[in-house]
Amino acid sequence: MLLVTCPHCGARPEIEFRYGGEAHIARPADPSALDDRQWAEFLYFRSNPKGVYAERWNHAHGCGRWFNALRDTASDAFLATYPAGQQRPDLGGGR
Amino acid sequence: MRHFSLRTLLTEAANAHQGWARQWRAPEPKPAYDAIIVGGGGHGLATAYYMAQEHGMRNIAVLEKGWIGGGNTGRNTTIIRSNYLYDESAAIYDHAVKLWEGLSQALNYNVMYSARGVLMLAHNQHDVQSFKRHVYANRLNGVDNEWLTPEQAKAFCPPLNISPDIRYPVLGGALQRRGGVARHDAVAWGYARGADALGVDIIQNCEVTGIVRGSDGAVTGVETTKGPIRTPRIGVVAAGHTSVIMAMAGVRMPLESFPLQALVSEPVKPVFPCVLMSNAVHAYISQSDKGELVIGAGTDQYVSYSQQGGLHITTHTLDAICELFPQFSRLRLLRNWGGIVDVTPDRSPIIGRTPVPGLFVNCGWGTGGFKATPGSGHVFAWTVAKGEPHPINAPFTLDRFRTGRLIDEAAAAAVAH
Repeated sequence: MLLVTCPHCGARPEIEFRYGGEAHIARPADPSALDDRQWAEFLYFRSNPKGVYAERWNHAHGCGRWFNALRDTASDAFLATYPAGQQRPDLGGGR
Repeated sequence: MRHFSLRTLLTEAANAHQGWARQWRAPEPKPAYDAIIVGGGGHGLATAYYMAQEHGMRNIAVLEKGWIGGGNTGRNTTIIRSNYLYDESAAIYDHAVKLWEGLSQALNYNVMYSARGVLMLAHNQHDVQSFKRHVYANRLNGVDNEWLTPEQAKAFCPPLNISPDIRYPVLGGALQRRGGVARHDAVAWGYARGADALGVDIIQNCEVTGIVRGSDGAVTGVETTKGPIRTPRIGVVAAGHTSVIMAMAGVRMPLESFPLQALVSEPVKPVFPCVLMSNAVHAYISQSDKGELVIGAGTDQYVSYSQQGGLHITTHTLDAICELFPQFSRLRLLRNWGGIVDVTPDRSPIIGRTPVPGLFVNCGWGTGGFKATPGSGHVFAWTVAKGEPHPINAPFTLDRFRTGRLIDEAAAAAVAH
């Protein structure tokens, strides 16, 4: 089980959290301006990398708030967690 | 290829089994091939076999970064069934079951397909209604499926606890008698042996590190850890790593990769006659020919390539197993492991062309790809060889996420979603 550090509550076991998929995918400001290809891209297409991934988590059985995390999907190690709305942190080192 | 028969066995027995040769070559890659399959799992090897056998493409190669059958083919719970709800799914999974039925003879290799029946339990009124709908939909599609009362389910699967006072009482079940299991390693080996005999180069320990495209955008070859190889056609059959391979060609996919775990108990005498699965309590179980109880757990909730999952996922599954089969609570577990499954938004596979000319993909089988291995390889071989989909995989396009013609099996999948 992962140990997830909620930016508001601290480190808690994974079963307190719900996963929210890839982070930083903003809902289009003007959906009707999108063609089907772009709408499908927003809805369904994900980067799904083997490596550093920005993803959303919800501390469902804690503070209830959404936040984002950077995690290495090859090792499952968390590199950073940060409140929703903040920019993805630059970890440097070519990551 | 040496034909296997009782006579072969007796000859070798008399010869102290000294005459068995390797069943496929270990060639170095040629500079160029007519087509390359990326991924030497069951689906990739089946694809190569049918390309050579049915479409006459002999100058082809399968590139595998590890050893063949070492990924999800060797990690799954080997369940075979075709009782899917929608017409498109029933067609492709039943195509596979029909091929399973004659596969050992076709490959001259015993894949140990055992149609011992797959029983799916209903624990609440919604399950009952949903499964009966499946039974009727399946029958309309010519797929066998029948409804059993709790007593009939108990008669078919004697270890089952149908007591009304358990946490989730059994209200009945849907039984597909043609469903069952097969020996997963033998499937990979049988297809590898068959493909190799037809001239296919199976190249292990050869990781694809890049996809090369020409000035017109079409693929011209691959970069590998054994050097560059030219080819005008690439079929990507990389399961959990599909997004990684497709990114090499600049193609984004509607996929997420999750860990999926399975576990086996210590081997015991035959105690479990069928495959049993339960959506509601999330358990599926069968017994291997070695005697181990083979148990499938669910996916973890997060994207990962780590090939290991959380212990709480397996604990949850074992809770359910011990509720349905109290007698198994004393069994010790031998080992558990994880594989990485690529899941699409509608839980149906993607088999077909991509926006890149010459690049084809067969992916998105999620938690249930093993059962489809022969059918998947058969229709994907057609797709790569002819450059257009077989009628059976025509609905399973990548473009369906744009058109909205999804094949939404999410609610119809057995477990794990």
